[in-house]
Amino acid sequence: MTIQQLDAIRQAKKELIEVRRAVKEQGEKLAKKTGYRKQVLVCGGTGCTSSNSIKVIEQLEKSLKENGIDDILIVKTGCFGLCALGPIMIVYPEGAFYSQMTPDHVKTVVEKHLVKGGEIVKELLYQGTITQNGDIIPFAETAFYKKQMRIALRNCGVIAPEDIDEAIAAGDYAALEKVLTTMTPDDVINEMLASGLRGRGGAGFPTGRKWMFTKASESDVKYVCCNADEGDPGAFMDRSILEGDPHCVFEAMAIAGYTIGAKQGYIYVRAEYPVAVNRLNIALKQAREYGLLGKNILGTGFDFDIELRLGAGAFVCGEETALLRSIEGHRGEPRPRPPFPAVKGLFGKPTLLNNVETWANINPIIMNGAAWFANIGTKTSSGTKVFALGGKITNVGLVEVPMGTTLREIVEEIGGGIPDGKKFKAAQTGGPSGGCIPAECIDVPIDYDSLIAIGSMMGSGGMIILDEDSCMVDISKFYLEFTAEESCGKCTPCRIGTRRLLQLLTKITKGQGTNEDLDKIEELCNHMKSSSLCALGQSAPNPVLSTLHYFRDEYVDHIEKKECKAGVCKALLSYSIEADKCKGCTLCMRNCPVGAITGTVKQPHVIDKDKCIKCGVCMSKCKFGAIVKK
Amino acid sequence: MNNNAKFCATEEQLSKLNAVIEESKSVPGCLMHILQEAQGIFGYLPIEVQTIIAEKLNVSLSEVYGVVTFYSQFSLQPKGKYRISMCLGTACYVKGADKVLEEIEKQLGIKCGECTPDGLFSVDSCRCVGACGLAPVMMINDDVYGKLTPDMIKGILDKYREVK
Amino acid sequence: MQKMINLKINGISVSVPEGSTILDAARQANIEIPTLCYLKNVNKEGSCRMCVVEATGARGLVAACVYPVAEGMEVRTNTEKCRQSRKLTLELILSKHKQKCLSCERSRNCELQRLSLGYNVDEDKFKGEDFVLPLDDSSPYIVRDNDKCINCMRCVVACNNQGIGAIGPIERGFQVHVGSAFDRPLAESPCVGCGQCVVDCPVGALSEKSEVSKVWDALSDPTKQVIFFTAPSIRATLGEAFDMPVGTDVEGKMVAAIRRLNPDYVFNMDVTADLTIMEEATELIKRIKTHKPLPMFTSCCPAWIKFVEQTYPEMIPNLSTCKSPQQMFGALLKSYWAEKNGIDPANLFVVSVIPCTAKKYECSREEMIEDVDVALTTRELARMIKTAGIRFTDLPDEEFDNPFATATGAGAIFGATGGVMEAALRTAAKMLDGDFKVIEFPDVRGTSPIKEATYSVAGITINVAVASGLNNARTIIEQIKSGEKKYDFIEIMSCPGGCVNGGGQPTLSDSIRNSVELKEARAKALYKNDSNNDLRRSADSPVIDVIYNDYFEFPNSHKAHKILHTSYKANKII
Repeated sequence: MTIQQLDAIRQAKKELIEVRRAVKEQGEKLAKKTGYRKQVLVCGGTGCTSSNSIKVIEQLEKSLKENGIDDILIVKTGCFGLCALGPIMIVYPEGAFYSQMTPDHVKTVVEKHLVKGGEIVKELLYQGTITQNGDIIPFAETAFYKKQMRIALRNCGVIAPEDIDEAIAAGDYAALEKVLTTMTPDDVINEMLASGLRGRGGAGFPTGRKWMFTKASESDVKYVCCNADEGDPGAFMDRSILEGDPHCVFEAMAIAGYTIGAKQGYIYVRAEYPVAVNRLNIALKQAREYGLLGKNILGTGFDFDIELRLGAGAFVCGEETALLRSIEGHRGEPRPRPPFPAVKGLFGKPTLLNNVETWANINPIIMNGAAWFANIGTKTSSGTKVFALGGKITNVGLVEVPMGTTLREIVEEIGGGIPDGKKFKAAQTGGPSGGCIPAECIDVPIDYDSLIAIGSMMGSGGMIILDEDSCMVDISKFYLEFTAEESCGKCTPCRIGTRRLLQLLTKITKGQGTNEDLDKIEELCNHMKSSSLCALGQSAPNPVLSTLHYFRDEYVDHIEKKECKAGVCKALLSYSIEADKCKGCTLCMRNCPVGAITGTVKQPHVIDKDKCIKCGVCMSKCKFGAIVKK
Repeated sequence: MNNNAKFCATEEQLSKLNAVIEESKSVPGCLMHILQEAQGIFGYLPIEVQTIIAEKLNVSLSEVYGVVTFYSQFSLQPKGKYRISMCLGTACYVKGADKVLEEIEKQLGIKCGECTPDGLFSVDSCRCVGACGLAPVMMINDDVYGKLTPDMIKGILDKYREVK
Repeated sequence: MQKMINLKINGISVSVPEGSTILDAARQANIEIPTLCYLKNVNKEGSCRMCVVEATGARGLVAACVYPVAEGMEVRTNTEKCRQSRKLTLELILSKHKQKCLSCERSRNCELQRLSLGYNVDEDKFKGEDFVLPLDDSSPYIVRDNDKCINCMRCVVACNNQGIGAIGPIERGFQVHVGSAFDRPLAESPCVGCGQCVVDCPVGALSEKSEVSKVWDALSDPTKQVIFFTAPSIRATLGEAFDMPVGTDVEGKMVAAIRRLNPDYVFNMDVTADLTIMEEATELIKRIKTHKPLPMFTSCCPAWIKFVEQTYPEMIPNLSTCKSPQQMFGALLKSYWAEKNGIDPANLFVVSVIPCTAKKYECSREEMIEDVDVALTTRELARMIKTAGIRFTDLPDEEFDNPFATATGAGAIFGATGGVMEAALRTAAKMLDGDFKVIEFPDVRGTSPIKEATYSVAGITINVAVASGLNNARTIIEQIKSGEKKYDFIEIMSCPGGCVNGGGQPTLSDSIRNSVELKEARAKALYKNDSNNDLRRSADSPVIDVIYNDYFEFPNSHKAHKILHTSYKANKII
């Protein structure tokens, strides 16, 4: 493909894409040029396909046909972010944002809205787009989207990721064209350095410096790798990018290849992401057909190709040296650094490894300039960060905000607060390697350095919101269970330390802990931090240390008072029946699996605490709220 | 060695495996890929399959086995006709995934990682399928079930029992 | 010229070549840093975290065994932080270590024990759930007790370095353990029994399958005539078990010590080394003259034989049919000796002392199960000597019993790589050309993995090769199969450096292993023994003359074939 051909493709679908980005009125004007009266975007990301968005699309096709509508374009896109309300469907140019669609809803929308002269079906819209006085606002103005700034996710939910023409029209490969035709490798590195971009995989190492080091390593063969082994449970930023805009990753890797002198790239992606793998394969095929990967790209003489490698379920493979070992076909055990991959990486050759979200930032930096990017966010953390917001929060989903946004803005505004009127307790960031941010730090601006300062870390971007019903000892136990299971077992502090730490925490959650155990826990945590071989072991104690720091009293309660205030730790709970509320309906007695409840009809019942296994069935069955757990 | 089930492979499966090995043998680091494909063909990776792979790639069987046991996706056991995969990622966990798993185990009378004697169901846990918006989530083969509560489990399983 | 890096270790300035590790540099400053998983020339993974030190420019503690030095770096190896970390590492290891230290055969010779003492650990600090694994004593030669294993992986590397890969890490995390594929017993794995894993194990997780009690029983059984004989390399290593310097020839004390265990005879296995040469040299010449399968491989190493049978069965016709010196000795005693002395062979109890674990396997082979009753490793013999209360270092030098005392220097060098080749060349040359004078063949000496040479005798050109370490044997076989190389005669020893470095030799502390070149020092003692001997050629041995005159008539005679030769069979294992 030549540059002219690339430009022709870009122009051909330009308006089609612009309709989806324009405000309503402009969009309507633009729509006329596209030949489509309307465009209907349906999310085809994992979140929405899990809630059956494929059936939504099938129904849409069927209903349009039945109603004789042939001037509407259906686009299966990547993630819109608001996963909790999937399947999501947006109609342009008016930008009507329908949520939780079912095939029946689709029929209604087609018949009432999509037919010529139809009107938006208000009751099926995402309620956030309807103001109190009944007006419909664009979804970009809703609380969920208003404070977001989409750089890495710029094309997610905008384009059809399985159509390379749409990706090109949306701007993909423009940066590659610019780099190959107007920039030297040093120019690219200077731009990267000036942008202040830091690795989005967790550690936050300056990307430009990584590129510079790898370029400086002398070797006939070098590699560019993409870390798409998003293993942090509860994080799905990278998956959404791969599903929504796979080409932006290829493009960035090719730019890096040109910069450091590599001809081959590898994407190591979790096998647990079948949708992403499928999209990547489709995109790879299209990019090769267009000659945007392969030999002599855009006629510039630059060769670069990419191979996919699938993980097989090992969190530690997110660590760079383990990832490279895994691509080489071995057990994914990390090795000590130095030498760093920039010097000795894949197959012993200098290797540049960045994670998906980092790659997704490259095109905008090249196209808009380093200064533009550096101006976003905070001084030491420029740009934006994508977070996977989950746990006890109303708007579970994917959000991208400028660095420096406070946790309060994310939780209360974007996230829509805690459901069921519960109180915010803490946010867990960085997953098993991170820590918690307690309510008292809710106004801390979120960037790399301030999170480290309060004992957490950015991590790859998982953000789990915890409320008053979450027990912090239980949460740190949960993470230790995870790291103990995912430890590769190579170095002593992590192999045995995670297990012993988990045992000590388990002891505490069972009410058998002692104050001496707390000392041991701290000692062990510090040991693992200082002496483990890789980042997994070094950061595994973080959830424990940070909860110990902010919620020490909860640990002490478990130990001294044998009490779990959140009511999570089973061994410390007891169920009882409040006699004045009990109507003697016998429902609890009949449902108790171990016969621990006795009583006669219409008389208050009693739970035998020795027999009770604390399964909670009685409580869920009682219609009078007579059963309490303490 | 936990390889109780008798391994029987069809000619077709074996020739598929051979084709995969021949095709990727020369690609550096091909072992993982071959194991993934082999598991796709046989459903699991019994000693017979691993031996073929080791022989053809000229690596020791212990190396192949070491790789297989390192990654949680590789299985030495045959799986059920319906593979239940309960997500125990953070988002699902804080929303009570452990209680749902307990209920599945209770309903099927097996522990996580096992297969029912009739070969109908097997249960495994996994870490985040990425559908956190629907937490807690489980997958049965390729079907996703979200926003689960323990009392939904029996009904879901019955659906599969009826089809057989 | 190599670039030098200047740095300070505990305030001491050192200058080391670029690419050195902190551990290398510390050694130069005469500072020891404790290690566990590290072993010179074997393992360098930085995984146990014992060798952690503080270094400028590094975050946290770094592993000295792998961390490269940098200009101007300042390293501290003995700070409170380092000591505390090492102590905790030890306590974690001990929380998962079966603490049967009192009766452990590595007691007082255990790296974990040495370090635990130094760091004043509390072995019960992190008591908790164990991961109990079955004891594997399935093979006739090696016992693996994984509950003592500390996951240093030195055995795995040793096995991989041999190109066998019988064992590897299995599972991950806390469950990681070393074992064969599918956790099958070692006996069903491709293990050849070389025992390199055993000598590299820093703790008591690996040991030979001890047969000491069988020997004690025989010694106290009045109906048994108990005969000991010792392999060539034992004299060069037994002293190490009594803290004597590596490379001390203790032949005289060894004989004296065994005699004090009260067997009926103590014989010299060098005699049957000479006998092996007579048979093998004759076989070689015959093969060359009749164009029978060439190259011919030596057959004295049982691990090598097992390797061929399971990995390269197509090479079986190329193996010399000669039994090994051990088996020849056993066969000789139970035939010639028994007949001559009018003893029922069933009342003979033949004990060989060998540097090897695979020899235990060899005497369990069906074809020759009658020959030798027990094969003891050097370590087992040392243990018997200690148990018997014999003060080894104070013993006088004594001599082997006749009639199997006198042997040639050619027999002694069997214990070093290239030794069998050299011994065979000495005699074969003489057989082909009675006037041939050359005795020493320096080309085939030394510890390089593969050695080659070409000799011309009596108009015949012989291409020879010598390899030690089975991975090198593999290389040679592949080269022969591809036609890249053509040889007539090849010596293979499974253990790198030959029997002096065998899997049954004394286990030495890491501080010795990491500073002394064992193979070289031990081999030197054997070559010295050879050069001190007036008899250098097996064919010149008076004992050999007697054996042939009395019994076998001539080399490769029908009787010799029946008693001194054996056969092999394919047994593919992967």
